[in-house]
Amino acid sequence: MFGFVVFLLSETVIFLSFFVGYIVFKTSATDWLPPGVEGLEVRSPAIATAILVSSSFVITIAERYLHRENLWGFRSFWLLTMVMGSTFLYAQAMEWLSLPFGFTAGTFGGTFYLLTGFHGLHVLAGIVMQGVMLGRSFIPNNYAGGEHGVASTSLFWHFVDVIWIVLFALIYLWQ
Amino acid sequence: MSDATLTALPKTEQPHPGAPDNWKRFFTFSTDHKVIGIQYIVTAFFFFLIGGLLAMVMRGELITPAADLVDRTVYNGLFTMHGTIMLFMWTFPFLNGLANYLVPLMIGARDMAFPKLNAVAFWMVPVFGVILMASFLVPGGPSQSGWWAYPPVSLQNPTGNLINGQLLWLVAVALSGISSILGAVNIVTTIVRMRALGLGWFRMPVFVWAVMSAQIIQLFGLPALTAGAVMLLFDLAVGTSFFNPAGGGDPVLYQHFFWFYSHPAVYVIILPIFGVFSEVFPVHARKPLFGYPFVAVSSLVITGLSGVVWVHHMFASGTPDWMRMLFMFSTMLISVPTGVKVFAWVATVWGGKIQLTTPMLFALGGLVMFLFAGVTGIMLASAPFDIHVNNTYFVVGHFHYVIYGAAVMGAYAAIYHWFPKMTGHMYYEGLGKLHFALTFIGANLNFFPMHPLGLQGMPRRVASYDPEFAFWNVIASIGGFILGLSTLPFILNILSSWVQGKKAPNNPWRAIGLEWLVSSPPPHENFAEIPVVVSGPYGYGSNEPLVELAESKAAE
Ligand code: HEM
Ligand SMILES: [Cu+2]
Repeated sequence: MFGFVVFLLSETVIFLSFFVGYIVFKTSATDWLPPGVEGLEVRSPAIATAILVSSSFVITIAERYLHRENLWGFRSFWLLTMVMGSTFLYAQAMEWLSLPFGFTAGTFGGTFYLLTGFHGLHVLAGIVMQGVMLGRSFIPNNYAGGEHGVASTSLFWHFVDVIWIVLFALIYLWQ
Repeated sequence: MSDATLTALPKTEQPHPGAPDNWKRFFTFSTDHKVIGIQYIVTAFFFFLIGGLLAMVMRGELITPAADLVDRTVYNGLFTMHGTIMLFMWTFPFLNGLANYLVPLMIGARDMAFPKLNAVAFWMVPVFGVILMASFLVPGGPSQSGWWAYPPVSLQNPTGNLINGQLLWLVAVALSGISSILGAVNIVTTIVRMRALGLGWFRMPVFVWAVMSAQIIQLFGLPALTAGAVMLLFDLAVGTSFFNPAGGGDPVLYQHFFWFYSHPAVYVIILPIFGVFSEVFPVHARKPLFGYPFVAVSSLVITGLSGVVWVHHMFASGTPDWMRMLFMFSTMLISVPTGVKVFAWVATVWGGKIQLTTPMLFALGGLVMFLFAGVTGIMLASAPFDIHVNNTYFVVGHFHYVIYGAAVMGAYAAIYHWFPKMTGHMYYEGLGKLHFALTFIGANLNFFPMHPLGLQGMPRRVASYDPEFAFWNVIASIGGFILGLSTLPFILNILSSWVQGKKAPNNPWRAIGLEWLVSSPPPHENFAEIPVVVSGPYGYGSNEPLVELAESKAAE
């Protein structure tokens, strides 16, 4: 667990670097948005954000069930977290497909896809970790061994959420 | 001790299968930290030789004013690859290897916190090594933009191929960053969580303190470099414009990412070497390390300060004056904790019963060269002077005194000092001394002339120069060749004594420290029984009974 926390600290610096890049580009740009783009739609990303953030609570409930040794309670809320995470990813994919600009559309396009893409990879990694833990919970007597992984996965999930909140504020709210 | 130490009790893992004394183990995916340590060190030296060969070609070119040996583009590729290989393929892997080998032994642990992750991090090294080397073979040759790869130069792609030297360079550097971050997570976790009972922070050898401080820099600095490298990679390969001024990007932002890591990287290199000095001097001068707690903590202070100095590399990049002042000040501040260390070593050696063994010679020689580098470093830290000599050979001279004079010499000191422990054999003292003499003479002949050259105004990164610079360049080249030659007695010594050297006792230097309590080479599980530590690490002279205790323990 300690090692994982150290790793997440290091990851934070990667995200911070990208954030700094975004802020520098945005504050120094002469024309920021690609030609023909008025602004980003906020509503559906906001809904996706709400889903992702609430999944942080759901995963905590799942953990509680595990502590009370209620395996089915754990599994159902754990699975719900995975569904919510996947919904978020789906919403992001849809947004990407609908946008009229690409990765190479100036510094805005670059940082937009870099940030959301890198974060999306983390969401995906989180879902994969959750899947592994879910699978493990079906191995008899492996339940105690899984607890450690469950705690780390959950921590990772909160981390991904917090990063997204900053990202959402930077990209969608500060237009 | 508190419960914290109890939870820090090393997990008793099963010993790893297969003995490290069987040479085939070194070519397999082993999770034994001692095997991985030696794998790192040997790999690093393999690349050291390649980087050295490239340096020989450069010095060969520079022996005459004209560009007659290699042409301008080849020369650019040479210094880029030389710098890159030396830093990413030699120093970091070497120091990781040393830390891997020594840290668990020194803190009384059976292995690193994450043995498998450890092996993964190591095996990435040959992978990115091959990627980097492959750039000699692709059309257009290796990257020519120097080891810092500043855009827009690094964004030029004259061949138009997607696979080019610069791309391979960036992939290798990004991979090296990831490998080092994984290594750092492992080492820091090991030091914090796996110390033996009784090994409080202020009973830890300075080497362990120094390694921990250095790895903290890796954790917080490397991600910035990796982020920068990834963005540059996209710019080059798919046409984003993060750093491309033509597309509205900001090349100076890249410089910030780069130096935010790469200045502290100097301390990633030098801190463990300071750690080596702090281990070698007390043992071979038979005196306790002077001011131990200050020496230990000064490593962390350096780590902290190193995060706020990077802009001194950009004094000449149109940095605002207030920023220059600020960063000039913070840079000079680093000389305080560094001075604490130097003072402590001198005080340790002073009046000691000095034994001029090979490790001691290398440590002393390294200290002398480091002092010289310190003087030129303070000169460079002052912005007005830096703006004057920036991009001249003065800078090249300064950093080679640090990186060769202190770091390579310190690395040799470490190798000779712990060679008996690692291999179970003694090295040949005569060959070791010859190696030292050639290295010390060669290094000074090679790197000293660069200072007058720089003051006279010879620019760096040039294949040809004005004939007025010829005198010092000839001397530097002669020194360079002596330096190249000096590796021969070294390799000969290591190989032959590894195979047929005299059997080494468990504690040949009569040293204190957990690593000397185990047999040479140490058994698989390191300690049959995890030791309980009852005293500090440096009781030489004042406390020789401790040494005897260690010896009798080692003899058991
Ligand atoms: C035999 C010993 C060595 C010789 C003869 C040598 C020589 C040189 C020369 C001639 C240059 C080009 C300077 C310029 O034009 O700017 C250079 C650059 C450099 N060297 Fe060395 N060097 C040696 C060892 C080392 C070591 C051990 C390291 C690091 C561990 C190192 C790191 C570098 C770096 C980082 C550069 C800058 C490359 C760049 O500008 O991109 N060198 N060296
Ligand atoms: Cu610096």
